[in-house]
Amino acid sequence: MLEIKNLHAEVDGNKILRGIDLTVRPGEVHAIMGPNGSGKSTLSYVLAGKDDYEITEGSITYNGVDWSELGADERAAAGMFLAFQYPIEIPGVATMTFLKTALNAQRKARGEDEISTPDFMKLVREKSKALKVTPDMLKRPLNVGFSGGEKKRAEILQMSLLEPTLCVLDETDSGLDIDALRIVSEGVNQLRSPDRSMIVITHYQRLLDHIVPDVVHVLSKGKIVKTGGKELALELEKNGYADYVDEEAA
Amino acid sequence: MAAVQETIDQVKAIDVDQYKYGFVTDIESELAPKGLNEDIVAFISAKKEEPEWMLNWRLEAYRRWKTMEEPTWARVEYPKIDFEDLHYYAAPKNTEGPKSLDEVDPELLETYKKLGIPLAEQEILAGVAPENRVAVDAVFDSVSVATTFKEELAKAGVIFCPISEAVREHPELVQKYLGSVVPVSDNFYATLNSAVFSDGSFVYVPPGVRCPMELSTYFRINEKNTGQFERTLIIADKGSYVSYLEGCTAPQRDENQLHAAVVELVALEDAEIKYSTVQNWYPGDSEGKGGIYNFVTKRGDCREKNSKISWTQVETGSAITWKYPSCILRGDNSQGEFYSIAISNGHQQIDSGTKMIHLGKNTASRIISKGISAGVSQNTYRGQVSAHRKASNARNFTQCDSLLIGDKCGAHTVPYIESKNSTAVFEHEATTSKISDDQMFYCQARGLDEEEAVALIVNGFVRDVIQQLPMEFAVEAQKLISISLEGSVG
Repeated sequence: MLEIKNLHAEVDGNKILRGIDLTVRPGEVHAIMGPNGSGKSTLSYVLAGKDDYEITEGSITYNGVDWSELGADERAAAGMFLAFQYPIEIPGVATMTFLKTALNAQRKARGEDEISTPDFMKLVREKSKALKVTPDMLKRPLNVGFSGGEKKRAEILQMSLLEPTLCVLDETDSGLDIDALRIVSEGVNQLRSPDRSMIVITHYQRLLDHIVPDVVHVLSKGKIVKTGGKELALELEKNGYADYVDEEAA
Repeated sequence: MAAVQETIDQVKAIDVDQYKYGFVTDIESELAPKGLNEDIVAFISAKKEEPEWMLNWRLEAYRRWKTMEEPTWARVEYPKIDFEDLHYYAAPKNTEGPKSLDEVDPELLETYKKLGIPLAEQEILAGVAPENRVAVDAVFDSVSVATTFKEELAKAGVIFCPISEAVREHPELVQKYLGSVVPVSDNFYATLNSAVFSDGSFVYVPPGVRCPMELSTYFRINEKNTGQFERTLIIADKGSYVSYLEGCTAPQRDENQLHAAVVELVALEDAEIKYSTVQNWYPGDSEGKGGIYNFVTKRGDCREKNSKISWTQVETGSAITWKYPSCILRGDNSQGEFYSIAISNGHQQIDSGTKMIHLGKNTASRIISKGISAGVSQNTYRGQVSAHRKASNARNFTQCDSLLIGDKCGAHTVPYIESKNSTAVFEHEATTSKISDDQMFYCQARGLDEEEAVALIVNGFVRDVIQQLPMEFAVEAQKLISISLEGSVG
């Protein structure tokens, strides 16, 4: 279970998060919506443990463990996965190699043996099929020259391979056409399970038609200003964020 | 696959120490007195039971050397070397002609085992498929102690032996080719080598023969204050092919050790030579104390038409590296290649690159250089591409990429391009980049720790070159890259 309490965070001295309280239980899918600059991506980076994103107040605990002292790799080994809004290119490193290195790094951190090459190949083939990731794509350097859709599918492939228990999807719908959105959403839905928590960050309701959340939060100026059921997203779609932004300003 | 698998297993089993080859073998060795004069040159020559022509050749080199000055144009800084304070000859005792591996000092064999080349096992492996075997000529300090697979090679007509033996057994070949690529008076260090070289490898591949296995030499510097001056001469006669691997290590010492080798390659008509090096001499400690000074002259001559010479190097060691494996493209349609990975960390200084001298018609060359700098190191690529007046349709492609890790190191690229023929086409591409925080974060968010992330990104950066290495070396090289960059971040 993820528990965020009174979380304040800043980047280069700029205060971005100003007191977030959020609890996500296993099996739950929470959507976080909000206008540009409200702190959505910052929240995802703070959760993943990016350097320079400093927690100034409050806490993040996952399954009872305080995350403030854990590095990004340790959080990954503990079950955290961030699907990046803009996946990073790693030139010269075949996607397949990257997947295997990541999987083995996490297994090692958990004290498990490395996966054998035949088992790994089988696993990748099985997982990549559903996401329409071709063998050719697996041979290409990770994210280098990938289209927007390919990048997001590669992110979800990593997610399904690494089997995290806490998934944070940062604007996974951005840059996707309708077909790609469907494939990616199906991939995510397949991973929904009673022991996995998800946080889906998005601007738009359309993603939530495919990935139906249990709870919707509205983030504005670094705070959660409204929490509701999935109907809240529909309301936002109709009226925009103006109500919440103004409320804050007032 | 047994030999390959064994190598992989050994590499995997290697303890990930900062410098894993930092052990000293306790074997009594025979030293020449310190300093250099004509008597020392004669002493070395006598030790090697050389004929008079060889002694005269050395003496001529020595006299030339005395008139020469140390070059200072490279971007490296080091205290002046006192050439009178070095031993120019060191031989492990009890090496009076080992007839087989059984006669080799067991401690020596143990040393090789630590290096990952179990000589004794090499011969036992004779049952495996020929293409997976590696013949090893091991040079310990200055004397070549054991040559494996000699008989097998002899059947194919290939001569692979210590150069000191070649001087005695094959004087006609040595006299014809020695110094024909790197002349006696070529440069300060090459001339010094010509005077005092103590051993090295000699390879002759007869016409039309494809050498049945990879040939390999491991060099290792053991004795204190010894310069290691090996001399390697490889001749590929018409229509032949040979692939040669060279690995280098040295034990950890506080003092700097000098290494000034000369490698000469000669490719005749339609012949091809592939020369691969993995060099991980001791680079010095974290304060920059100790380490090998590596001043090497390597040059290949594509002497006749349709010949090809390919250099691949992975340079991770040495305090100072001064090295430019080059190709003289003399024959028409000849080709030269240079693939290089040069990694500098800590206080290392590297000034390395290549020269492609286009003399013949329709000659082509290709240079792929990947420099990686970390710590407070300085890494310079220096390359020359030139086309002679008669070199019509000469082609060169150069790609020169530098990667910086941290903000205290330097990367420099110094290309010299000179064309005297209007039909020559030379291309030069260069990039300099840093491992970005975003790349690091992305890898770490997937569970890689800092060092794993750097190793992965760097291995991606050098992939074009790693692919050129024979498979056994590729695995070792990747491992080495990770080891040599340990502690470079954070």
